[in-house]
Amino acid sequence: MNFDELFGHFGQHTVDGLAKGAIYALVALGYTLVYGVLKLINFAHSEVFMVGTFAVVGVWTAMGATDSPPVGTLILLLVAGLAAAMAASGLTAVATERIAYRRLRRMNAPPLIFLITAIGVSLVLSEAYGVWLARFFQGDGLGSQRLVVGMPAVIKQDVLFSVGGTDVTNIQFIIFVSALVMMAGLDQFINRTRYGRGVRAVAQNPDTAALMGVNKDRVIVLIFLLGGLLAGVAALLWAIRYGNTRFNVGFVLGLKAFTAAVLGGIGNLRGALLGGLLLGVVEVYAATLTQSNWEDVAAFVVLVVVLLFRPTGLLGESLGRARA
Amino acid sequence: MMEIIRSWNDRRRDLAGGVGDRWRALPRWQRAVAFVAFVGFLYYLPLLGIPGLTWLRTDYVPGGNNWAGVLFVCAVYVLVAIGLNVVVGLAGLLDLGYVGFFAIGAYSVALFGSTQSPVVKALQNQLGLPQDWAVAWAVCLPLAIALTMISGVILGWPTLRLRGDYLAIVTLGFGEIIRIVARNSSWTGGPQGIAGIPGPQGAPSADNDIFGFIDVKPWYWLALTVVLAMVFGVRRLEQSRVGRAWLAIREDEDAAGVMGVSGFKYKLWAFAMGAALGGLSGFVFASRFNFIDPTQFNPQLSILFVAMVVVGGAGNMAGVALGAFLLAYLPERFRGFEEYRNLVFGLALVLVMLIRPQGLIPSRRRARELEDRAKEAPANV
Amino acid sequence: MRRKFVRTLGVAFAITGMLAAAGCQDSGGDDPATDATGAAKCTGKIATFGAFTGGDSGLVIPSLNGIKLAFEQFKQKNADCDITLQEFDTQGAPDQATGIANGIVQDESFLAVIGGGFSGESKATMTQFEAAGMVMVSQSATATELTAGTNKAFHRVVGNDGTQGAAAVVYIKNVLKSTKPFVVDDGTTYGQGIIAEVKKGLGAVAGEDRIQKDQQNFDATIGKIKSAGADVVAYGGYTNEAAPLLKQMRAAGVTAKFLGFDGLYDPNFPKGAGAGAEGAIVTCPCLPASEAGGTFAADFEKKFGIAPGSYGAEGFDAANILLEGIKAGKGTRKGLLEWVDAYDKQGVSKYIKFADNGDVDKSKVVIWAYEIKGGAITPQQEVSLS
Repeated sequence: MNFDELFGHFGQHTVDGLAKGAIYALVALGYTLVYGVLKLINFAHSEVFMVGTFAVVGVWTAMGATDSPPVGTLILLLVAGLAAAMAASGLTAVATERIAYRRLRRMNAPPLIFLITAIGVSLVLSEAYGVWLARFFQGDGLGSQRLVVGMPAVIKQDVLFSVGGTDVTNIQFIIFVSALVMMAGLDQFINRTRYGRGVRAVAQNPDTAALMGVNKDRVIVLIFLLGGLLAGVAALLWAIRYGNTRFNVGFVLGLKAFTAAVLGGIGNLRGALLGGLLLGVVEVYAATLTQSNWEDVAAFVVLVVVLLFRPTGLLGESLGRARA
Repeated sequence: MMEIIRSWNDRRRDLAGGVGDRWRALPRWQRAVAFVAFVGFLYYLPLLGIPGLTWLRTDYVPGGNNWAGVLFVCAVYVLVAIGLNVVVGLAGLLDLGYVGFFAIGAYSVALFGSTQSPVVKALQNQLGLPQDWAVAWAVCLPLAIALTMISGVILGWPTLRLRGDYLAIVTLGFGEIIRIVARNSSWTGGPQGIAGIPGPQGAPSADNDIFGFIDVKPWYWLALTVVLAMVFGVRRLEQSRVGRAWLAIREDEDAAGVMGVSGFKYKLWAFAMGAALGGLSGFVFASRFNFIDPTQFNPQLSILFVAMVVVGGAGNMAGVALGAFLLAYLPERFRGFEEYRNLVFGLALVLVMLIRPQGLIPSRRRARELEDRAKEAPANV
Repeated sequence: MRRKFVRTLGVAFAITGMLAAAGCQDSGGDDPATDATGAAKCTGKIATFGAFTGGDSGLVIPSLNGIKLAFEQFKQKNADCDITLQEFDTQGAPDQATGIANGIVQDESFLAVIGGGFSGESKATMTQFEAAGMVMVSQSATATELTAGTNKAFHRVVGNDGTQGAAAVVYIKNVLKSTKPFVVDDGTTYGQGIIAEVKKGLGAVAGEDRIQKDQQNFDATIGKIKSAGADVVAYGGYTNEAAPLLKQMRAAGVTAKFLGFDGLYDPNFPKGAGAGAEGAIVTCPCLPASEAGGTFAADFEKKFGIAPGSYGAEGFDAANILLEGIKAGKGTRKGLLEWVDAYDKQGVSKYIKFADNGDVDKSKVVIWAYEIKGGAITPQQEVSLS
């Protein structure tokens, strides 16, 4: 147990953890939105994110991105990357709903069937990219390999400001602020707009909502789209922060994001944020205290302990209820 | 498109239902004869040499896997599916961490039965036992079952109060914890795993004439026998008081509670029974391969297990057995696909769920539940 | 209606039973090509198994290509020989490999095995091959423990982790003159094994961490490296984790020298790590193309369009040892086992002569340090083991 390291740089580890958790939170929002309305664990959401990261790679490669480009190019790259990632992720999410889930909804299938379908969709998406990657690298003479794909580091990581020996880098700052902004925006959207009211209505009681003239199909497409768009944002942030992607990049991340959503109270937007940040911090603390290969154990142990005392997560389930 | 699928679906349902009804309408002796013939065929399977059917063998294609070996894995997976069916199909609890029990069963025989395991070495040193001492295979068997049952209770006790989806993620976490602990700890052999796991004839050696390294057929027959015994056992359980309690809980836990069926108690029972069967399959698996390492117990395997149950038809033992067999067998038979294997697997999962959500051989009760739900669905969705 | 159903059922079972009785023999896929004389004929099959698909295939494909090249060249020179190579994909999983080994062992037409690609699958199968009296020549299974036992089947044309670890220690101490080395491994058999050797050799390290496969975020590891004030980071593992780790290290301003092992001797490593990989060192028990004998490197590049990456030369050597043996009239399992045990010749990757435990003679293992320059792995210097 390396307590010296943890408490010696406590602030630094907390900042690292929060930045790590912010990405979990953004992905977790997608799980929570869909779950809040459909009571469906959309396993394929992690692959929606993965598709977004590849969209960023594609656009940046096409635009000939390099490490730390001049500001004008940088803004162009970020905007193009964001647009591509959001479009790719949003479309993928809506397409999975249209192709796979809608028919099951018509049958009013039990959750287990949804879950297996979602797992199937997730496999299809990630494997399709895996196979494509293998083909892609075959051209390079590397054989059929599903390698990690590197991207240029468009933003050079620098210390933005320091508080009492704790460095906050520009990228961490961007990620954290983006997560907060997205979260707040989504919260406002759900609680203040007409569409948001529809979402809440369907989440609360689909039949009654339908009687009141809410188009349930449209609401469901909307939440898949929203989740996909957020995953697209997360994908761009991922590209800036980590600069790598793989066909199975979504699996572990999706697992963590889902854990985060459950931790905070699935179906609850603020819960997703809280759960994500908490999970990120716990993982970094655990990895610092012991070794990095124990961080997953710590994450799951925290989940179990929280669920023991608060069986519906920290903030409870509440997408349906007014005032999230 | 949807219409075509639907009408085809209906026709198929009639056909399948028809076979099922006719089968049940047969006199008892005829069913018994057919069943015995079928079991006989299963025992004959590794020798499969019937002209016209040899293409079923996985070694029919160059680069194919050994046929009896594949059958053995199929049999182990069928055992897993039967165990998981108790949890998912009968009690209606979604367990995404079943691989954890499988791993505990496998590690029980490895840690206590192999002379190369750190646990056995520590025991030898502590108790001053000879170098070739290890717990006998036959003793490892009840040990494995006991340990998995205990871990099932330990996992179930705090978590079974949670609702369905929470349970799913917690069990998934449990499976991961088991794997990571096995990988990170030195007393489990760490990433190197443990070799020298014993079989019915003791420690692995080239002199073992029946359960040896090379000929897998006896191993398959052993696994098949275990499967048949467990099918019989679980069938009895299903029709017992406990089985009826599970059913009641699955249908409506509150109503069952009002009738005096303690939900928690019977759910814990289901968890422990399922865990024991998972442990038993892990035990058989490890004995045969005489080497295990933590990479073999990844979360994808858990997902495969659940898929076997759901694709086959949750709640129906013949169904889950068929599901397990197909999901283990088809990828081996069509090895030519290699890198497309998982892609095809994913597609198949989606298609089966869309076309036949009740599973390949549905449990009658479950199929009816599904139909009821479809009728309940509001018109506008 | 019902009666018809019963009759159909009955007939079906009767037919099955009859056929079963009639054809009750265990006919495998290919009938063993047993020839009465056994030896002397230049025919037979050689099996190779490893992770040819899946996430880990990147490390095995180059050596498979080396094997294929050896077979192709052999065929051109010896048109009268009919030796075929059969590939078995295990995806690197020991349980898959065990089943596949069962099949190979039972098919008498397989004379020898090249493989396994990884240590785990080799460990899981070598007892079987020993029981069947077959020889295994692995091109890339480097775990020390594989040759620590008494197994007679297992041989490898590659230096083990112990040798490589020792060479890395020499390099860290003498060339990099490190005072504060930090070690990281990925918790796999390979990574953990090699880092254990390095730690043993270094005595004291400034710090250590163990990451896991498919990990993406390395903040905690980087924090530890920073706090330790490390001047060298030695990493045991593969590209998939090393590339993001190195990238994040550099982004976080860690300037310590990065040293990897043969798992990173992979053209995709500099590609994945980007500019951060510049100046990183990779040690490998493999000769640079310019030093390797003959025209191997050129031939390889001509055929596959890329330089022979990890273990390409070892695969080529492993295949050639067996091919030469069959050509020399040792075309039986027993003959080939004896042939390999007695083998004593210069190969492409190194001088090959096996010690009793199946390792190549330690004095013949050559470890080279490579530096990443301009995104390419370029030979830097040979690391002397003394």
